[in-house]
Amino acid sequence: MALLTKKDTKLILDPLADNNPITIQVLGICSALAITAELNASIVMAVSVLFVLGLGNVVISLMRNIIPSKIRIIVQLVVVAALVIIVDQVLKAFAYELSKTLAVFVGLIITNCIIMGRFEAFALGNGVWRSFLDGIGNAAGYGIILIIVGFFRELLGSGTLLGIPVLGNPIDKTGLYSIGYENNGFMLLSPMALIVVGILIWIQRSRNKALIEEN
Amino acid sequence: MLEHVELFFKSIFIDNMVFATFLGMCSYLAVSKKVATAVGLGAAVIFVLAVTVPLNWLLDQYILRDGALAWLGPEYADYNLSFLSFILFIATIATMVQLVEIVVEKFSPALYNSLGIFLPLIAVNCAILGGSLFMQAREIATLGLAFNYGLSSGIGWFLAILAIAAIREKIRYSNVPPPLRGLGITFIITGLMAIGFMSFGGMLTGGDEAPAPEPTTAQKSEIEKTTLEKEKQEKAVSYNTIVKE
Repeated sequence: MALLTKKDTKLILDPLADNNPITIQVLGICSALAITAELNASIVMAVSVLFVLGLGNVVISLMRNIIPSKIRIIVQLVVVAALVIIVDQVLKAFAYELSKTLAVFVGLIITNCIIMGRFEAFALGNGVWRSFLDGIGNAAGYGIILIIVGFFRELLGSGTLLGIPVLGNPIDKTGLYSIGYENNGFMLLSPMALIVVGILIWIQRSRNKALIEEN
Repeated sequence: MLEHVELFFKSIFIDNMVFATFLGMCSYLAVSKKVATAVGLGAAVIFVLAVTVPLNWLLDQYILRDGALAWLGPEYADYNLSFLSFILFIATIATMVQLVEIVVEKFSPALYNSLGIFLPLIAVNCAILGGSLFMQAREIATLGLAFNYGLSSGIGWFLAILAIAAIREKIRYSNVPPPLRGLGITFIITGLMAIGFMSFGGMLTGGDEAPAPEPTTAQKSEIEKTTLEKEKQEKAVSYNTIVKE
């Protein structure tokens, strides 16, 4: 492909697995965990971060030669804050219920470490197109974890996906519930998000031994 | 007075920043390998939260919220600038952190040497912005309460990072499965600690605050039952692991 050289593809694909922002780089966990009790909220959060990180990386990369390095943190914060305000206002206008569920966590995208981390590590030193790809790749890596965690928490916790019951009706005892299956309400509580991510890390690292840390 | 005491304990234990809302997780995970550095970062977080939350409370009260500009004159009374709160809060935090850094460096080099390296990190710590945003969302009523809220959430964060750092120092001597080493086991321990902290819920409010939204009223009793049972089991497990170590 002319548009994406091999190196560019690597920029997008690397963060999806072996250099994942959440499980390997330990970035952006703050806002990731609290909102994953429902798949719906996880998807919206993933898309918001994709938008903010993709565009933010482009803006910072465009300005990389005119930002004095002493005040770069403040400049970066202002750029992210402006983008997040856009996301917040759009959510409030078109998905009010959802924006109530996400509450302050939309605002907390500003201090999401992935965003500052990518600005510092990549956008300040690379061209616009590459920065954009890097932003998209990292946001997608973040989104994938969010969606996996949201999928399992909603499925096991309330037996629904995107609000649609998929395992049958727990009150009428249809579907899986007819053979004695019960929802695990514990999955809806916040500590389980941490444990699910812990298990994901476990699986990933047992598949790829190179990622194992020394104690 | 009573509301101060209530808010204080509530923000430390029930609404603990790390265990209930996952704020500041990045630095919590990255800087918790040693107790000494954890204490430094924790102290800096307490300090910055106690300064920025009241400041942002003033901003919210007199500039941002609906009708807050009324003190300028009646023609400004219907302005609602609350959509600007993200950008103003983060700007305040970034400048305050910078200012604090300069002042501390000038007047107390010893403190600067122990806190200094952590201060720039703090500007992008979710716990700090989260403190201000929760202060706004929960509509904290007075400046004193806002200060109290900042201080006590900071203390809660400090406790959390201190606990995990101590556990991580000890865990080095135990035989963790290799793929779980480092990050994985830290996540799981934090989860177990969060379950432990959930037992504080209902300490002050009598249990009228549910820790997580429950899907339907029909499922409610069922969920509550399983949750209680699970909680008991998990608590026992986490207690055992801590005791073992």
